[in-house]
Amino acid sequence: MLDQASQARRSPQGPSALRQRLSRWDVKYAPYLFIAPFFVVFAVIGLYPLLYTGYLSFFSWPRFGAEHGDAVGWANYSHVLSDPVFRKAIVNTIGIFLLSSVPQVIVATVIAALLDTNLRGRSWWRMSVLLPYVVAPAAAALIWGAIFADNSGLANEILRVVGIDPIGWHSDRFASWTAIATMVNWRWTGYNTLIILAAMQAVPRDIYESASIDGANRVRQFWNITLPSIRPTMVFVIVTSTMGGLQIFTEPRLFDTNLQHQGGANYQFQTLTMYVFNTANSATDPYPRAAAAAWLLFLLIVGIALLNFLVTRAVQRRSLR
Amino acid sequence: MSKISKSWRRTPRTALAACAVASLVTGLTACGGGGGDDEQSALGKDDTLTITTFSEFGYDELIKEWNADPERPFKVKQTKISEWDTWKQTLTTSLQAGTGLTDVVAIEGDAMPQFLAEGASDQFADITDPELDDRWVEYKYKAGQTTDGVQIGYPTDAGPEAICYRADLFKKAGLPSEPAEAAKLFTDWDTYFASGEKFAKKVPKTKWYDSSGSIAQAMLNQVKYPFQTEDQKVDVDNEELKAVYDTVAKYTPTLSTRAVQWKEDWQAAFTNDGFATMPCPGWMFANIKSSAPDVKGWAIADVFPGGGGNWGGSFLAVPAQSKHQEEAKQLANYLTDADSEVTAFEATGNFPANIEAQETLAAENKEDPYFGNAKTAEILANRAKAVEPDLPFKGDKYSDILGLLQTAIQRVDEGADPEKSWETFTQAVGRL
Repeated sequence: MLDQASQARRSPQGPSALRQRLSRWDVKYAPYLFIAPFFVVFAVIGLYPLLYTGYLSFFSWPRFGAEHGDAVGWANYSHVLSDPVFRKAIVNTIGIFLLSSVPQVIVATVIAALLDTNLRGRSWWRMSVLLPYVVAPAAAALIWGAIFADNSGLANEILRVVGIDPIGWHSDRFASWTAIATMVNWRWTGYNTLIILAAMQAVPRDIYESASIDGANRVRQFWNITLPSIRPTMVFVIVTSTMGGLQIFTEPRLFDTNLQHQGGANYQFQTLTMYVFNTANSATDPYPRAAAAAWLLFLLIVGIALLNFLVTRAVQRRSLR
Repeated sequence: MSKISKSWRRTPRTALAACAVASLVTGLTACGGGGGDDEQSALGKDDTLTITTFSEFGYDELIKEWNADPERPFKVKQTKISEWDTWKQTLTTSLQAGTGLTDVVAIEGDAMPQFLAEGASDQFADITDPELDDRWVEYKYKAGQTTDGVQIGYPTDAGPEAICYRADLFKKAGLPSEPAEAAKLFTDWDTYFASGEKFAKKVPKTKWYDSSGSIAQAMLNQVKYPFQTEDQKVDVDNEELKAVYDTVAKYTPTLSTRAVQWKEDWQAAFTNDGFATMPCPGWMFANIKSSAPDVKGWAIADVFPGGGGNWGGSFLAVPAQSKHQEEAKQLANYLTDADSEVTAFEATGNFPANIEAQETLAAENKEDPYFGNAKTAEILANRAKAVEPDLPFKGDKYSDILGLLQTAIQRVDEGADPEKSWETFTQAVGRL
C-alpha cells in the first residue's frame, strides 16, 4: 500500500490513477475470481439440478413423455412417504450405515494410531492400507459377491468347515446388511485411516515427550493427547462418512443384480439411493416420484449430518474439559 | 462414501445440466424427448446402421452375409445384450432421454404392450407396410400394433412351449423316458405335479423343474386376464391368478430348485442334475445347449400341460429418435422375412412368427441330434397350433406386474410365508 501511495504522489495523472484503481480491485475482487470456478461449476451441475429436481417433484410426468405434465402439489411426496418400501429403505440405509461407518471410523483411528508409531517399513504399511481403495468399487462388489454367494460362497464354505449352518447372505435381512457393510468397510477404512494419520502426525511430538516424562503410558497418551488434538479431522471424517454412508448404492446394487427387484426379493437391502433409482423406472410418474424421494433423502442426510456434527462436537468438548 | 455411487446418481442431473447449458448457448429449448420430426439423413454404402438385440436372436450369420454383399446399400452392426431386463432398462431410459438408442431395437413380447400404450408409441417410428400384412401369424402381427392400427414392431419369433426333460434321469427314476411315453406324464398340470412327486421320491437329489418362476410363467400364459381387464384396469385379486400362485407356492419345497431364473444357481442346475424338466419354448433350446453342452440325455416331448402356451417371442422396432428410419425399416423387414427367420431358427431354435418360414421348416423336418434326434420344427409347429391366440391378455402394465409376481414367488422360494408375500405383491401392484 505504502509503495502504491508514494508512486501515486509522484505522478498523479490519468494512467496511474487507473492503475491504482485496478490494483485496488485486484486486492478486493481477485480472491473471489480465484474461487469462482468451483461455484460456477457447482451452480451448473450441482445447484441447478438440485433445484430443478425440487421443482419437478410437484408435477406429473408420463412414463415415456418428453415433457412434464400437470402440477400435482404434494402428491408425489405423500406417495413416497406412504410407500412401505420407502420406509423399509430408510431402515436398511440406516442399518447398513451404522454397521459400516461406526466400526470403520473406530478401526481407522486405531490403525492410524498404530501407524503413527515407529514401525519398520512405515511407508510400506501406510501404502498397504490404501490398497483396497484403489480397487474399483464395481470390481470389489463382484469379488465380495462371490465370497457371499449363498450356495457356493467362500464365507459359507468356511462356516460349514467350522460346523455352523450356512447363512442366507441375500435372503436374511441382517446378514445382507452385514455383507454389504463388510464390503464398504474393506474399501473405506484405509482411506479414513490415512486422513486421520495425517492429522495425528501434525500433533507436536514434544507434548508426547513431556507426557511420557510425566509417566503417561501409550493408551493414556492416545486418549488424552491424540484424540483431543485431532478433533476437527475426526469431525470431518465422521461427517463425510455419514454423507457417503447414507448415499450407498454401488455395493448393494451389485450385491443382487436382478433388475426386477433391486435390493433383494423382500427389499431386505434396498437403500434409499436404490429406491430413487428404481422409482425412476417405475410405471407411473417415474421422474417426479424419484425427484420427491431424492429430496427426502437430501433432507435426511442434512439432518443426520447436522446431528452427527453436534453430537461429535459436544462429546469432544466434554473430553477436552 | 462410494464416489462411484455419487456420480451414478448424478448422471441424470448432469444430463439435465448439460442440457441447460446447451440451451443457454444455442438458444434451443428442446431438451431430450426427440420427436419424429428430427432430420433424417441418408446412409452411404460404407455407413453403418445399428441394431441392438438381447439374449440370442441368431442374426450373426445374416448380418455377416448382409455386410459381405456389395449390393447392400449400407453396413450393419449388431450389439448383443445378454439379458432382457438389462436391455429393458437402457431402452426405457434412452426413450425418455430421446437419445442414445440404435436404429433398430429388439423388444421382448411381454413388454410390447407398454410401448404400444398411448404416449409411448409416439417414441417409435410408424413402420406400417401393407405388403407385409400376411407375412406373420395374425395374433403376433397384431401384438406389434397400436389400437389405431399403427405398426410399431415386426414379429421375430413366437414362443410355443413344449416340455424339455432329462431322459437319463427319468430312467434312473423308473419313469418312461421315450418322448411319446414321457409325454403322458405332462398332459395336464395335475399329472405333471403328481409325476414330479413320484420322481422326487425316487431321485431325491434332483428337483422336478428348473424354477418356480418358469412354471408360474407357463401357467400364467394360459390365464385369460391374469393382471388387467380388457379396459386396462389393474386387477390382480382374481381367483385364476391366485390359483397359479398358490399352486406354485405349494410345490416350492418339494419340486422346485428354488433358483432364480437366469442367475448362476439356475445356470449351474443344468449341468449338475439340478432338475429333470422345464417348460421349453423354442428360444430356450439355445439356452439349454449353451448351459449344458456336455450333458447327454436332454429330450423334448411334444406336449404341454393343459394344451398350449406361448412364452415370449420378440419384435423389432425403430425408435423415433433414429436418424435413419427408412433404412432401419428396411433392415427390420429383411431380418423378419421368411429366409431370415428360418436361418435364425437353425441357429438358435427361435420359432418363426413368419408363416412362410414355419411352412419351410415343416417341409424340411430336420432332426436335432442334441435332443435325441427330435424333430424340433415339427414339435414346435404342433405346439404353436395348440396355442390359443390372444391368451393371455397383456395390458400396458403386464411386464411390470409380471416382474413383481416373479419377485413374490422368489420370496416364497427364499422361505417367506406365501400369504404375506402375496400381500406385499398386491400392495406393490397397487402402487405402480
